Amino acid sequence: MSDLIDAFAVAGKAFFGFQAIFFALLAIGINVHFGYTGLLNFGQIAFAMLGGFGIAISVSQWGLPFWVGVLIGVAAAVVLALLLGLPTLRLRADYLAIVTIAVAEGLRLLFRSVSATPVTGGTRGLSAFNGDFISLAPWDTARRYGILGTTWSGGELWVALIGWSIVILFSLLVWQLMRSPWGRVVKAIREDEDAVRALGKNVYAYKMQALVLGGVIGSFGGMVYAVSTGSAIPDQYQNANTFLAYAALILGGAARVLGPVIGSMLLLFILQFTDTGLRALISNGVIPETLLSSTDVAQIRFVLVGLGLMLLLVFRPQGIFGDRREVMLDAR
Amino acid sequence: MTHAPHRAHGQGGRSAARGGPAVHLARDRTSARWRRGRRPLVLTLLVAAFGMALAVLVPGIAAAEGEQIVGTLQTSRSGPIEGVEVTVETADGDQVDAVETDEDGRFSIDLPGAGTYTVTLDEDALPDGVALGTSGASRDVTVDDGRSQPVNFGLVDGSANAGGGSVEAVQLLVDGLRFGLLIAVCAVGLSLIYGTTGLTNFAHGELVTIGAVIAWYINVRGGVPLIPATIIAMVAGAGVGALNELAIWRPLRRRGTGLVAALVVSIGLSMLLRYLVQIVYGGFSNPYGDYQSQRAVDYGVFTMTNRSLASIIISVVVLVLVALMLQRTKIGKAMRAVSDNRDLAASSGIDVNRVILVVWMMGGALATLGGVLLGLSDQVQWDMGFRLLLLMFAGVTLGGLGTAYGALIGSLIVGVFVQMSTLVIPSDVKYVGGLLLLIVILVLRPQGILGSRARIG
Repeated sequence: MSDLIDAFAVAGKAFFGFQAIFFALLAIGINVHFGYTGLLNFGQIAFAMLGGFGIAISVSQWGLPFWVGVLIGVAAAVVLALLLGLPTLRLRADYLAIVTIAVAEGLRLLFRSVSATPVTGGTRGLSAFNGDFISLAPWDTARRYGILGTTWSGGELWVALIGWSIVILFSLLVWQLMRSPWGRVVKAIREDEDAVRALGKNVYAYKMQALVLGGVIGSFGGMVYAVSTGSAIPDQYQNANTFLAYAALILGGAARVLGPVIGSMLLLFILQFTDTGLRALISNGVIPETLLSSTDVAQIRFVLVGLGLMLLLVFRPQGIFGDRREVMLDAR
Repeated sequence: MTHAPHRAHGQGGRSAARGGPAVHLARDRTSARWRRGRRPLVLTLLVAAFGMALAVLVPGIAAAEGEQIVGTLQTSRSGPIEGVEVTVETADGDQVDAVETDEDGRFSIDLPGAGTYTVTLDEDALPDGVALGTSGASRDVTVDDGRSQPVNFGLVDGSANAGGGSVEAVQLLVDGLRFGLLIAVCAVGLSLIYGTTGLTNFAHGELVTIGAVIAWYINVRGGVPLIPATIIAMVAGAGVGALNELAIWRPLRRRGTGLVAALVVSIGLSMLLRYLVQIVYGGFSNPYGDYQSQRAVDYGVFTMTNRSLASIIISVVVLVLVALMLQRTKIGKAMRAVSDNRDLAASSGIDVNRVILVVWMMGGALATLGGVLLGLSDQVQWDMGFRLLLLMFAGVTLGGLGTAYGALIGSLIVGVFVQMSTLVIPSDVKYVGGLLLLIVILVLRPQGILGSRARIG
């Protein structure tokens, strides 16, 4: 029983931890792409990687101030969005999907390659670039604080506070944008691109703006992740993370402002709970080692996410908060 | 339908079997090989191991032996080079000594002490045909206490460059053809599935992985030789394909699930299967039990192991069979009809669902074969199919989504491009080159080589 409570406590921390912020920001970006505009961006993790490495490279390799690093990360995300959008946004939806997933994987391979090691640190990545940011915390970052049965270091709390503030800011921004004329056009593009074009709107430009906006939000996710872990390693930015964020978005409800936020908190809670719970069950011998060893538990989360993604899309594509009519997408 | 006549078949096999002029594949052997110092190795080791302690206890030893810079000038074609002046200067620019190499091409210069020195070679004294390597005539060398420091000038004698460049290109071309044919074998199914159902199947890479892993279990755990194991695995792969269609995609089509939703479902399926394979099979890469210890056979301008040759021949034969089937047989014609216009095909009496089922089974079997071929060259890994998937997409998009022959031509181009790109870029980023190619194609000709404009929206 105590194991169960432990699992709850650990999972409760995941509910508010930096990973939930990371996935929330990724998912808010995807929400702008997929939920509102109908763009299939399967390479959201590439934006996050550019955000994280934007800070890491600027600070620890070029010796620039932290905030310049943030700007560089955002600028890199904008450039990537333009590069991705230029060839694909005039084509059918699945072309963007193929290109984004390819670019995300290609960038990761590039960042971890031997020839990029002088800049990106290769497979070992970069570290020691978040000191400036952590030292801004108004409390003692070296101490540990206990909150509701979970323990947090001062640094974690500071990152969580700022991270959730960013999440709230972007949620407000998305909320306001989607009520504006711009948002109505974007949603109309999702429903019927040709009709919008017939009304004289430049569909290509609107799609591009949405792609850039969502990408920038995703890059902030990567920054939060890099700053809170204190290191930027290319292999942290695996493609599977994009689909975790998709799962979070669809779980919460696409095309809803709070869908991605609630979705990622819930998803992280579920994943962390099964993770801790399964490990406890294995160590107690409830699940025999031959069936599932504790090293396999890390993979279980991806299996669950894959299964959940399928089941959600088939049986409840609107997730918890969504509107079914808004998510019946068809490829154009 | 925009199928082109099947003219791309059979290129790989012929060029592979033809022998060229007997040019040796000379690896860029570093020619000026350095030798160890004149002191016995034992003493060197002793000094290295006890370094400081020894120096403290017996202050005379290190100094008595003295620091040296040694080296040998020779290349594989010219042999040892005699009479070249080698100059050593200190970091401040004071000349320590200048010597000429002896008849074995060797030189050694005694130094006043440990420190950093610049060793310079008299470039003009080198014989004809021998040139300096990329790093020039000077070397900065740091010599530790009591060490005799070897220096390597990396001389080039032209043999590696003149013949070697083109030989390497041919070698990469052949490797690229093998790889491209392998991608094509996997990608034909992907393209046909897209053509007949409209589904961009992101889980196609997992068909490759699962096929290769099934073959691995039958081959390594079951002890069945690889060829029958592959055939059994292909039957199983066809079953996996059929299961995909019957358990997931047919019910989804019946429910009227949109294509975008189906696409995300295929992503979910891909993750589910990929990580299940990792749990069952493990995160390591393992080779098949057979054909591993083959030596490369020299064909003149390139070398190739017999298993690579077999891979090329099998791919070509299979692809020709697929083309013949599409062109001649009833089911093949039905496949083309369905991917051309599904409603028209249905109204002319073709059982569309049956055709799609056959396409899935064929795709599964071909993906399995491709997976085994990939496992033969690169070992079996849990994410091998996913990594190949992106190159399959590149090939299929290049050729034209939905066209079987387009997938073939596009995959060949991608395979050759990826391998040949290592002439220019490091080999660990060669896949990035292939993915860049994909983007360039989409800018220039989004419908692909054989695709039709109408498909791209």
